[in-house]
Amino acid sequence: MPTQILMPALSPTMEEGKLAKWLVKEGDIVKSGQVLAEIETDKATMEFEAVDEGRIGKLLVAAGSENVKVNEPIAVLLADGEDASAANVKAAPKAAAPVATPAASSSAPAAPVFEAAADPDLPAGTEMVMTTVREALRDAMAEEMRRDGDVFLMGEEVAQYQGAYKISQGLLDEFGDKRVIDTPITEHGFAGLAVGAAFDGLKPIVEFMTWNFAMQAMDQIVNSAAKTRYMSGGQMAAPMVFRGPNGAAARVGAQHSQDYSAWYASIPGVKVIAPYFAADAKGLLKAAIRDPNPIIFLENEICYGRSFPVPKLDDFVLPIGKARIVRQGKDVTMVSYSIAVGMAIEAAERLAAEGIDAEIIDLRTLRPLDMDTVLASVKKTNRLVTVEQCWPVCSVGTEICQRVALEAFDYLDAPPTKVTGKDVPMPYAANLEKAALPTVDEVVAAVKAVCYRD
Amino acid sequence: MKSFANGALSNSEAQKKLYYDMLLIRRFEERSGQLYGMGLIGGFCHLYIGQEAVVVGMQANVTANDQIITAYRDHGHMLAAGMESRGVMAELTGREGGYSRGKGGSMHMFSAEKKFYGGHGIVGAQVPLGTGLAFANKYRGNDGVTLTYFGDGAANQGQVYESFNMAQLWKLPVVYVIENNQYAMGTSINRASAQSDFSKRGASFAIPGVQVDGMDVEAVQKAGAEAVAYCRKGNGPMILEMKTYRYRGHSMSDPAKYRTREEVDDVREKRDPIDHFGSKLVQRGVCSEEDLKAMDTDIRAIVTDAAEFATTSPEPDMAELYTDILA
Repeated sequence: MPTQILMPALSPTMEEGKLAKWLVKEGDIVKSGQVLAEIETDKATMEFEAVDEGRIGKLLVAAGSENVKVNEPIAVLLADGEDASAANVKAAPKAAAPVATPAASSSAPAAPVFEAAADPDLPAGTEMVMTTVREALRDAMAEEMRRDGDVFLMGEEVAQYQGAYKISQGLLDEFGDKRVIDTPITEHGFAGLAVGAAFDGLKPIVEFMTWNFAMQAMDQIVNSAAKTRYMSGGQMAAPMVFRGPNGAAARVGAQHSQDYSAWYASIPGVKVIAPYFAADAKGLLKAAIRDPNPIIFLENEICYGRSFPVPKLDDFVLPIGKARIVRQGKDVTMVSYSIAVGMAIEAAERLAAEGIDAEIIDLRTLRPLDMDTVLASVKKTNRLVTVEQCWPVCSVGTEICQRVALEAFDYLDAPPTKVTGKDVPMPYAANLEKAALPTVDEVVAAVKAVCYRD
Repeated sequence: MKSFANGALSNSEAQKKLYYDMLLIRRFEERSGQLYGMGLIGGFCHLYIGQEAVVVGMQANVTANDQIITAYRDHGHMLAAGMESRGVMAELTGREGGYSRGKGGSMHMFSAEKKFYGGHGIVGAQVPLGTGLAFANKYRGNDGVTLTYFGDGAANQGQVYESFNMAQLWKLPVVYVIENNQYAMGTSINRASAQSDFSKRGASFAIPGVQVDGMDVEAVQKAGAEAVAYCRKGNGPMILEMKTYRYRGHSMSDPAKYRTREEVDDVREKRDPIDHFGSKLVQRGVCSEEDLKAMDTDIRAIVTDAAEFATTSPEPDMAELYTDILA
């Protein structure tokens, strides 16, 4: 039987990729371990090695093909004695045509089909350019580093490797190793070192490969960065940004999948930013780098590859601490942040089909919370559902619900309700992981519940 | 133990200043202990009595570009860095006139003007911070050196070695001053440290280290001068282990049952940094017993004035509760 060679998944979040180059041709004998092809994921170009031995009967996907789905047959391998006619398996040879089916599930790398409401403060006629969150973050850092020589980036693999998630791609080339600094794997140490440099007035950007690893550095973030302005009576402080991916990635288990939004949002002395859209990622990261306070900037790995319109402006800086109404609605207020905003948007589209007009607020900043925007919306819609990936106990949604209950009690027509991740460590098994994360179905159900609709 | 105390300093005024600075710390700390006993200083209060030669000897080598950072046994460091005794004492009493306007306390005090970067309450946390200050010097291309002080207890913290690694890797101008006072709170170094020669703690990073008699202010100054010069030249970090001793408990609430009265008395009698240096000054003819007494009288007046200020300065305004959190 001929063996099908399938498009491999080469990262935890990869669902499709580009078959950049074949390193074998039809008729070649291949040995196990031999490199067959180069495949581009959203993060890197990887070599793909043969597992089985045999002769390449047919290449099913042409070099240069984009959006090749994981597990799609890309070649056929013949055993001894089989001839090329055996390679005519059912899968039709594919041309380089991209597969552009919009993803249905919220964990897919493509963004939900939704045109974000433009920021009202943008000058009329501003050109919008589709940009990935990844590029938006990189552009923000590059622009601020060009603007201010005191800004530098440090972290694991940020320089020569170009970023574990390719957020710092190209920065080493432009700014050199004085300002783009690869650190040893010592979060506690380099976070503290950066805080010390910030005490002296430099403006470090500390990249944590993920926020999970920042727990090693928690003391320096909380005790040194956040408290020094207060403890010194305003004499010194840490003007700096701690940033990196937060929340669940995909199939990486309990120690690599957690959302720290509520942890950091509870600490006086820091500001906490958790954007969803690329424009917010850019405008708020630029603001964070300029801010004289320590900033916790929570990104999301799943969202890095999503594309959104970003205004083409020389210096696009957004205010920290301002939520944005992403979708206007009259029946219910959904308050969300980070990746869960995408879920709220999907839910709103489904609810609209059922006659429920939801308003969506993207908090963007978790500390300070823009309660004015939340309260004004709830006073209009009389119903509140918070949507987040965080654990349920003492979550950001918990805080919002409590504040709304206290400050808009008389306006409420239903109990404020949360949709969150489940109260468990993240399981590895695919089905359990799916169940541990909030779903669009759960958001829809929660909204219907507060609207007394079944 | 390597000793640098072979020759007297040439400048008699500089010698008198070393004595004066040590005695100021001694008298300041004695008064702090008294105010604590009167309930005027709260919380934790860690006195530096016995260790005065370390910070005074080291700070004699710094310039206005150099930074200093330490842990919570910090009153002596602040005085040696040139901070006003009034402001330090008023911070101990939690008053408006304190360096942090009463919001930091004994363990958390700072002076941007004197480049004193705290005053840190978490054991070992100041070591990466001090390394970062040195990073800033290198980044800016100035010739500043950072003196990062920590104790034998902190020397077992993992972040210290993370810092050593980066400091040597990037050749950062930082002197790590390990104040080995023999006890990490109540645990003697022999019960807590597999390698109790702290000058060797940087060996695996090839950071040079020297043991110094931390009870001999001139030995400290000489070792400090060499270390600061080494760092200023861009050679990277250096470690100085100061063999010293604290007379008081770890903090005011420590009864110090883990050592004998005789042990403390023995150090006081044979190695006291102030008495011994005072005797040397008289022997050398730098000053007379009367001169030393006159210095003591002056210092007592300064400390009395500081205590008066610290107990009459008002408590911070209630509005201070919500200031200085964010800029």
